[in-house]
Amino acid sequence: MAVQMKEYTSTTEVAGPLMIVEGVEGAGYGELVDIKLSNGEKRRGQVLEIAGERAVVQVFEGTKGIDTRDTKVRFTGETIKLPVSREMTGRIFDGTGRPIDKKPEILPEKFLDIHGAPMNPTGREYPREFIQTGISTIDGMNTLVRGQKLPIFSGSGLPHNELAAQIARQARVLGEEEEFSVVFAAMGITFEEASFFMKDFERTGALEKVTAFLNLANDPAIERIITPRLALTTAEYYAFDLGMHVLVILTDMTNYCEALREIAAARGEVPGRRGYPGYMYTDLSTIYERAGRIAGKKGTITQMPILSMPDDDITHPIPDLTGYITEGQFVLSRELHRRGIYPPVDVLPSLSRLMKGGIGPGRTREDHANVSDQLYSAYAEGRDLRNLVAIVGEEALTDRDKRFLEFAERFEKEFVTQDRDEDRSIERTLEIGWRLLSILPERELKRISSDYIKKYHPNYKEGAKEGSSEEREGQAEE
Amino acid sequence: MVEGRISKIAGPVITAEGMKGAQMYEVVRVGEERLIGEIIELEEDRAVIQVYEETVGMRPGGEVVGSGAPLSVELGPGLLRMIYDGIQRPLEMIKNETGDFIQRGVDVPSLSRTAKWHFTPVVKEGDKVVAGDVLGEVQETEVITHRILVPPDLPGGVIESVAKEGDYTVEDTVAVLKTADGRRELSMLQRWPVRLGRPYREKLDPEEPLISGQRIFDTFFPLTKGGTSAIPGPFGAGKTVSQHQLAKWADADVIVYVGCGERGNEMTEVLEEFPHLEDPKTGKPLMERTVLIANTSNMPVAARDASIYTGATIAEYYRDMGYNVALMADSTSRWAEAMREISGRLEEMPGEEGYPAYLASRLAEFYERAGRVVTLGSDERYGSLAMIGAVSPPGGDFSEPVTQNTLRITKVFWALDASLADRRHFPSINWLRSYSLYTDAVEPWWSRNISPQWKEFRVKAMAMLQKEAELKEIVQLVGADALPDRERLVLEAARMIREDFLQQNAFHDVDTYCSPKKQFAMLKLMIEFYDRADEAVSKGVPAKDIAEMSVIDEIARLKYVPETEYEAKIEEINNKLQEELMALVEKYSER
Repeated sequence: MAVQMKEYTSTTEVAGPLMIVEGVEGAGYGELVDIKLSNGEKRRGQVLEIAGERAVVQVFEGTKGIDTRDTKVRFTGETIKLPVSREMTGRIFDGTGRPIDKKPEILPEKFLDIHGAPMNPTGREYPREFIQTGISTIDGMNTLVRGQKLPIFSGSGLPHNELAAQIARQARVLGEEEEFSVVFAAMGITFEEASFFMKDFERTGALEKVTAFLNLANDPAIERIITPRLALTTAEYYAFDLGMHVLVILTDMTNYCEALREIAAARGEVPGRRGYPGYMYTDLSTIYERAGRIAGKKGTITQMPILSMPDDDITHPIPDLTGYITEGQFVLSRELHRRGIYPPVDVLPSLSRLMKGGIGPGRTREDHANVSDQLYSAYAEGRDLRNLVAIVGEEALTDRDKRFLEFAERFEKEFVTQDRDEDRSIERTLEIGWRLLSILPERELKRISSDYIKKYHPNYKEGAKEGSSEEREGQAEE
Repeated sequence: MVEGRISKIAGPVITAEGMKGAQMYEVVRVGEERLIGEIIELEEDRAVIQVYEETVGMRPGGEVVGSGAPLSVELGPGLLRMIYDGIQRPLEMIKNETGDFIQRGVDVPSLSRTAKWHFTPVVKEGDKVVAGDVLGEVQETEVITHRILVPPDLPGGVIESVAKEGDYTVEDTVAVLKTADGRRELSMLQRWPVRLGRPYREKLDPEEPLISGQRIFDTFFPLTKGGTSAIPGPFGAGKTVSQHQLAKWADADVIVYVGCGERGNEMTEVLEEFPHLEDPKTGKPLMERTVLIANTSNMPVAARDASIYTGATIAEYYRDMGYNVALMADSTSRWAEAMREISGRLEEMPGEEGYPAYLASRLAEFYERAGRVVTLGSDERYGSLAMIGAVSPPGGDFSEPVTQNTLRITKVFWALDASLADRRHFPSINWLRSYSLYTDAVEPWWSRNISPQWKEFRVKAMAMLQKEAELKEIVQLVGADALPDRERLVLEAARMIREDFLQQNAFHDVDTYCSPKKQFAMLKLMIEFYDRADEAVSKGVPAKDIAEMSVIDEIARLKYVPETEYEAKIEEINNKLQEELMALVEKYSER
């Protein structure tokens, strides 16, 4: 061990976020490095490559001020570990895990490797528990389940933060009161954005259940590489050691990927698409795959990463690679936002891959899958017709087409649109869905089994006037 | 054994010195934890090694020990129903050793050394055998009889002794063979290097379709036993659901499913679901015929590269027993990316989009391992290996190198389309872009087993869909009202084919599997509907009235009618169609 504790002053090169130390003996790949600057400041880094006696180290807090003469480097012989404890809930940390809320240090119960380990597929349990978020476009059309990883694809200027906060606020599993917790990791977002979340958590009294890791826009970019890993390590501890249900919000993954690119560029690696490293898929997967549930354990990790699509382009490598790993996506639309629709979730490109397991009798309602399918195909058709109308005018449409057009309009106004504090029950969401579907001729409802039509279609509901039945539902929720 | 020292570590790639005498692709053990690695480059005494496990904490100076053999898989009874990682370590056993999270350095045998299998000899003392001959049989699962073969790399010889019928472990000697090179003891366990295709006697042209019960595949873009197909599509378009459907319902004897760099939950889904699903052919759980290889995206990248080869070798092994095998690889793009990542670490000169220049040849080598063959052995066994590779093109752009290089090799192209998926048209296979080069090859089978009219109806339906696409362009410009009635009828009939035939609900109990007979009956009904309605239109009935006939709703629900009842239902529909059309014709001829 004595060899490992040796301090080196043999830094030969500093470039971007990297420094190169020569003459190193016995340092291991990936291990944690303590760096002491000539002014006494301490920083941390990680070995990225080691060839003979030459180590390439990435410095999390940036290389500003590091010199090649007096800077002392110590290889700790350990990988980066995070001290975890139950006391972390309600606390705020910086992007490297140091408390910044002026409260005392954490007394660790355990030290965990922040890189985690892949979950064994045979140890997993397929997620099936419906989470009601109270948002129709999610509950009705792209259901979230416990243990899922479902990102929000957004763009700059869109209300993804409001939506994420609303989900964090309203999300619950019906008929259960269990210990839940939110782990919030901010990567390169502005102070205002972070403050919005913190205030929202405070306003709703959720703050004591939140663990926050904040790397803000003016914090070192390289720190962002470990921030999400700290958050997920904490989440794994909460979920699988303490048995809590954890919702992890990671924002903004685009900034994370930028940091990844910065390191790759500094190392002179062969760039992949748009300059992002070729291993970005693998790297992202080591973050996103840390969601799920384990058979026989009570806790779960549900992940909701937020990323802003550069130029609203869903084919950009960041959303693209994310979509290939996550179990679906919510896509926000600038067009809907411009028309004043909140939440501006464009349901057509949105998807929840785990929806089918989380809905149906006993979970939501028997007609849920059918209704959602039908809403999808009707809305898609309505949207197509809207394009057609732009060319040929509404007069050229048949009566049937006009109804689809009306459906699409009202779908956006009544189903998609809701208040920022509106918490709709799943029954209410389906009710609205049925009301909208009744605009269409009944024979067009091909995706719905005729039994459900007889049971739930407003036309068949005896005596029940639409308005009154809704009011009843609405009150029942309170 | 070669022994060297680690000199450089960069992610999954390490360099070792003092490796003179090591072979290319030799398996080595690296460092204190004896992690498994494979040599991928040699230069004098320096070897570059890709390590199949996480390399964090590894130090220069650590020991590297050669094994003298290339990366191989273990073949024998006990493969079926298993779930392996990319280098054939059983995940269930790893879980027993290290818990719910995969730790490194686990050393577990691929096939259980203690499990006993009931071996029944087929040969007797004094028999002459050649490579590929059946020595004996083991009932591996309820549906698969495992044939113990003379290994393909052995010369022939005479059976000196053979074990009596009874229970043996995979390592027990079951036969002794006298060959020209001496005595050889044979057990039920064989090893085969993964990167080397297993030999066969002769390759044959495919002729029988691989029926999957999916209408768009079987009827429109058929795959054959021994054929190859690519299924590229952007995320969310339904690649994995399509692959799962094929793994569930394809009428192959053995299924090898490789989850290459995909989601952990999807593998769990297969693991939870397959034991409860019944094979429509045998009525036995689907797991009884399935081998799963799971290398999820967050498992080490080098093992992802190996997982494809591991899968192919296991599949070939069952092919050699004379079975029809289907291999699903989801997704080959992740495999290609693993190649790219390793190549980048080797600082090789990149080809297109950073992929290595050998991407095309690796893909071609892999798909060429598919085919229908006469196996080794003296008893004229036929086996086949079909391959279905999912491709995940970045941004859904099919012009990227992995898709393009795959399409140059595979004979079937199932093009997934995001805009279809957006409107929940599943399977979201674009019928205009997709193709199958096997349609002529399978025509005799359909003609013999289902109906001689299959080809005719299929061509008609395709033409109708093509015509619809053309008409839709006109409609976009001038509106549907401007079309003459006969063309509006084409739109209606094409819509029927699209929505009521091509769309298939994988999660509906009945619709998830549609037999070839029912597929044909449905298509026939729809074409006949068009023909009759067209006749009515020519007699003056407006297309609008035809579109409003109530019989159309019944045709739409036909896909949900169970296999045992659909024939009666079709007859009923036919009669009703006749009546309704007659009524319309009368109504308009009176005027």
